[in-house]
Amino acid sequence: MSDLTRSDAPRPSVAARLPGLSALGPLLALILLVALGATLNENFLSAGNITNVLARSAFIGMIAVGMTFVITSGGLDLSVGSMAAFIAGVMILGMNALLPSMGVGLPLVLAGMGIALGVGLLAGLGNGLLVTKARIEPFIVTLGTMGIFRSLVTWLADGGTISLDFGVRQFYRPVYYSGLFGIAWPIIVFAIVAVAGQIAMRHTRFGRYCEAIGSNDKVALYSAVNVERIRLMTYVLLGLLVGLATIMYVPRLGSASGSTGMLWELEAIAAVIIGGTALKGGYGRVWGTVIGVLILSLIDNILILADLVSPYLNGTIQGVIIVLAVVLQRGKSSSA
Amino acid sequence: MERRTFLTTAAIGAATAATGVSVPALAQGKKAVIGVSIPSATHGFMGGLNWHAQETIKRLKTTYPNLEFVLATAGAVGKQVNDIEDMVATRNIDALVVLPFESEPLTSPVKAVKDAGKWVTVVDRGLSQPGIEDLYVAGDNTAFGRVSGEYFKANLKPGAKIVVLRGIPTTLDNERVDAFQAAIAGSGIEILDMQHGNWNRDKAFQVMQDYLSKHKKIDAVWAADDDMAIGVMEAISQAGRQKEMWIVGGAGMKEIIKRVMDKDPQIPVDVSYTPAQISTALEVTALRFVSNTPVYGRFIIGSTLITAENAAQFYFPDSPF
Repeated sequence: MSDLTRSDAPRPSVAARLPGLSALGPLLALILLVALGATLNENFLSAGNITNVLARSAFIGMIAVGMTFVITSGGLDLSVGSMAAFIAGVMILGMNALLPSMGVGLPLVLAGMGIALGVGLLAGLGNGLLVTKARIEPFIVTLGTMGIFRSLVTWLADGGTISLDFGVRQFYRPVYYSGLFGIAWPIIVFAIVAVAGQIAMRHTRFGRYCEAIGSNDKVALYSAVNVERIRLMTYVLLGLLVGLATIMYVPRLGSASGSTGMLWELEAIAAVIIGGTALKGGYGRVWGTVIGVLILSLIDNILILADLVSPYLNGTIQGVIIVLAVVLQRGKSSSA
Repeated sequence: MERRTFLTTAAIGAATAATGVSVPALAQGKKAVIGVSIPSATHGFMGGLNWHAQETIKRLKTTYPNLEFVLATAGAVGKQVNDIEDMVATRNIDALVVLPFESEPLTSPVKAVKDAGKWVTVVDRGLSQPGIEDLYVAGDNTAFGRVSGEYFKANLKPGAKIVVLRGIPTTLDNERVDAFQAAIAGSGIEILDMQHGNWNRDKAFQVMQDYLSKHKKIDAVWAADDDMAIGVMEAISQAGRQKEMWIVGGAGMKEIIKRVMDKDPQIPVDVSYTPAQISTALEVTALRFVSNTPVYGRFIIGSTLITAENAAQFYFPDSPF
């Protein structure tokens, strides 16, 4: 784990690899969206609305930061949405089971958090081992585990909904709804994850290895990079972040069902790509991912606040903006 | 012809079974096999439907020992078509009770079962061609919207402002919303906003958060579904506006029924659209094989207003829904 935390000197190549103005494409798109939102509805920039949008972005956001590392190193994980639902289900059942012996209080919530992180770690480890040891394509492995996690949570819920005990939920609720200095907890945790992810990608050996493996895993292997271990670590890291996202998600509605976390994987992958990370791997941009997540949440928010088009067309607008955001940043390189 | 004679034997068997006398008639007659094909429990309502299907089959098996059931749940259209073909080919079913995943693709496979001389009961979603099924059992989507609308009309003053959450864009959702709008027409109630919450708690939570930032005054919410009502309640309590508006959901989820029973001012009533309609379909189909009761036709289960007074009869604490 030492290479995860040890910081190296910044690479001289970083500045050279930044594609200049086109890297600012997603940022530009975000600014345009904010300006549009502000002109369409005066409540758009209210503290309440901004908190809502940022807090609901936090789940996908934390997952997308982890996804950035997986995609950068040439992998993919389709199972994260189902995994979040499964972790939420196990966490709630675990907390309900521990309630009689532990009672409502901090230890119980901490135990629940421990369960979430533990299950996330194991789930990520499972995906990672299947990809690295069994050498199965990540698309197939995670397509399989996506179905497994989804059906397991449906089975645990008996086709219905798993609900957290009412008393526990009242105690745990502030983890989503309150915060520090007026900033909600999910936003704070998301910000910490984003900053740590950016540092890990740009200033640690782990981040550099991820990019090296993603551009050419043979060369990375010949350069004495432990390719399998780094790849495994990206999946484990993602599993842990899904666990962390679930910890922030469960206090919101206090329940999990077969439809929890539906399509989160696609939103996370879309955010990563909008942010400028290459889908085929080799280059990752964590701050771009954060912007990608915010763009996706803002589109939804603006469409409802503004009432511009028939709600049937919301998906069309979303699709157009996603494609435009990517065109904005790739326009130059593809014509060259 | 062969079927006729078999039916009489089955009926005699049932009659003797009911009186508790030993049943020699059963030994000579073969059992009637009823195939049941329903979508798998991917969300709350279907979870409830699966639970009611299993409970009813258990009960019918004990009541009528000469009936046998084959239950298959499908997660996708293709799987359901395969299930039905397998039931005919390998289990030699005498009747099919089917809740079609989608109307169009299931129409010809179900017609093939009918053409093979089997009894067909269609539940909830009609086939795209009329006249295939012997028995049609369904909830009433138009009544669902109308009953909700009438409650709004009766309990809000002219000029009141409401917001609406819609389900997944489907014919079923359109029928409900059209009936709702027709029912409140002329009442002076203003619908501020109508967006899709996809019958999903999380989505409904987010849509309601946005409604609350957008509108300073909301008198009531038609959440149109109990799962969505739960997301809506959470968003309202986050904004601290519980006193300002009440919510009407729909379907009959046990948590919501409980609140109606307990006279929660935020959830004054609920509107039924019960997953137990599968039980009706199974019971009535079973009658066809154990008695001479005529069961051809359509059985439409009304949507009724669930109030604190009648909530107990809609409350199934053991069901997952």
